[in-house]
Amino acid sequence: MTIEVAGLSKHFRVHRRPPGLAAAVRSLWHRRYDTVKAVDDISFTIARGERVGFLGPNGAGKTTTMKVLSGLLHPTAGTVRVEGHQPFRREPDFLRRITLVMGQKQQLLWDLPPSETYALNRAVFGVDPAQAAQTLGELTELLGLAGLTDKPTRQLSLGERMKCELAAALLHRPTTLFLDEPTIGLDVAMQVTIRDFIRDYNQRHDATVLLTSHYMDDVVALCPRVIVIDGGRLIHDGDLRALVKTMIPDKLVSFTGGVPADEVARLGEVVKAEGGRTTVRVPEARLREVVSHVLDRAGADLAVEDPPLEDVMRKLFKDKRASAPAPAGEPPP
Amino acid sequence: MMRTLRAMPTLIRVGMVEAIAYRAEMVVWLLTTTMPLVMLGLWTSVADEAPFRAWGTRDFVAYYLVALIVRNLTSNWVAWQISEEIRTGAVSGRLLRPVHPFTGYLGTHLGAVPLRAVAVAPVLVILLWSSARGVLVTDVAHLALVAAAIVGAWLLTFGVFLCLGSLGFFLDKAMGIIEVYFGVFAIMSGYLIPLALLPAWVRDIAAVLPFRSMLGDPVAIAIGRVPDAGDAARLVALQWGWAIALLALASWLWRTGVRRYEAFGG
Repeated sequence: MTIEVAGLSKHFRVHRRPPGLAAAVRSLWHRRYDTVKAVDDISFTIARGERVGFLGPNGAGKTTTMKVLSGLLHPTAGTVRVEGHQPFRREPDFLRRITLVMGQKQQLLWDLPPSETYALNRAVFGVDPAQAAQTLGELTELLGLAGLTDKPTRQLSLGERMKCELAAALLHRPTTLFLDEPTIGLDVAMQVTIRDFIRDYNQRHDATVLLTSHYMDDVVALCPRVIVIDGGRLIHDGDLRALVKTMIPDKLVSFTGGVPADEVARLGEVVKAEGGRTTVRVPEARLREVVSHVLDRAGADLAVEDPPLEDVMRKLFKDKRASAPAPAGEPPP
Repeated sequence: MMRTLRAMPTLIRVGMVEAIAYRAEMVVWLLTTTMPLVMLGLWTSVADEAPFRAWGTRDFVAYYLVALIVRNLTSNWVAWQISEEIRTGAVSGRLLRPVHPFTGYLGTHLGAVPLRAVAVAPVLVILLWSSARGVLVTDVAHLALVAAAIVGAWLLTFGVFLCLGSLGFFLDKAMGIIEVYFGVFAIMSGYLIPLALLPAWVRDIAAVLPFRSMLGDPVAIAIGRVPDAGDAARLVALQWGWAIALLALASWLWRTGVRRYEAFGG
């Protein structure tokens, strides 16, 4: 296994005080601290070459877990092994095997061209110059970096910067990738480019990928398996399709015209009807019957899809919160 | 270790490129270290009347111009840099590289030294052109000790600033401590007033603190106030001892601090 996590907890001690001057003065003598369980006793393993989506609402503990796995944070309890190492020791051999990309943080030198960061990373990671040139050539081709790496980073657009950021993070050819919101703020075309690149890198180098993203399209496109956490606790670990099927065992059937309005209502719950195109939610047991009926009426213009992952997640969190004790709380900002 | 040494030329080169990119900031920074010139104006007007405790005008000129050179060659902004990187979480990037973060900071700030040398070159020209050159040491032993003392002052200052920056792991506002530090440094290092002119009790306190090794002692050796080479060598040895101690303390503070690090942001 590339990643082994057993009983991992990470707690933070957070200073709390009410607003106002009096509270500020009082806090000089009596500081109130709360313990926030950002991650609370989670366990999972990830095999070499797997692409796993790590999902959860804001404050669920995803980024904290990523930081523990990459060695930035010491776990409060539990054991973690990544690439055969205890991450918090941050041994050089471990750091050469992993990378952490945070969509909201950058490692590129802001006022210098990305090529300077590449030179720096090549030196500190001890990458052979010939191998670095080859990797950079590969990354330039896959990410379309030509013409970008000699402009100061501050003059690059968000999407260009993210591509250069990925190249900097992968120059040493890590075999485990922790990607925290790598497509945040990017337009749809750029999201697709980054997604394709991640899949390609995973396949070329048999790299293990753990990905968080608020864009469910990223997860659907990249991750056959998802781990879901909420309030610091693991609430699902398994196949993405199985999760969708368990949570919402319905399909969305879309078609254009052909079916009289009174018949549409009998097919299933209408979730959308605009521009002449209708989408109905159909229980899986009735799918064959509905599809053949629509085909008879509307012809070939028909599509069958799973419900959006956003709906699945919403239902999952709602169900879990209804059945579980209150979550542990929000991690610090 | 070998890998770190192999990376060092690139780290220094990138540090130089950064220093050139931030040349405007560096000029502003250098302008904030002109206190010796203010003090020079003050003391030369005093000494114009009559020497002050055996310090004549050219002694003050030599002292403050050499102080300006040593201060600018040996100072850096690593404390502010570390403190800010801890506060914003940017230090995470350094923690994920397989070399000690101090190595990265060392490269950056060594890379800035050539630009600093260019910036203080005019001061050196003025010094050598003025009558104050007469008090500067010229024998090989003293010149070698001055060079060793400037390198030692650089290392010691770097060590002190690494310690101050690493306090950012423990304190929300480590910058406040840096302000207090500067107040103590200004008196106890001889930055404002030559240590020899301070009251005896202040000199006694300064004798057991590292600040004098950061500025006052190298300047004193350079302007011939430590005529015996053996005494000067002892001062340099003490200075290097302080540098090693402060670098070790910085290393311990960093190691302990990283355990508390909460990698905020993101």
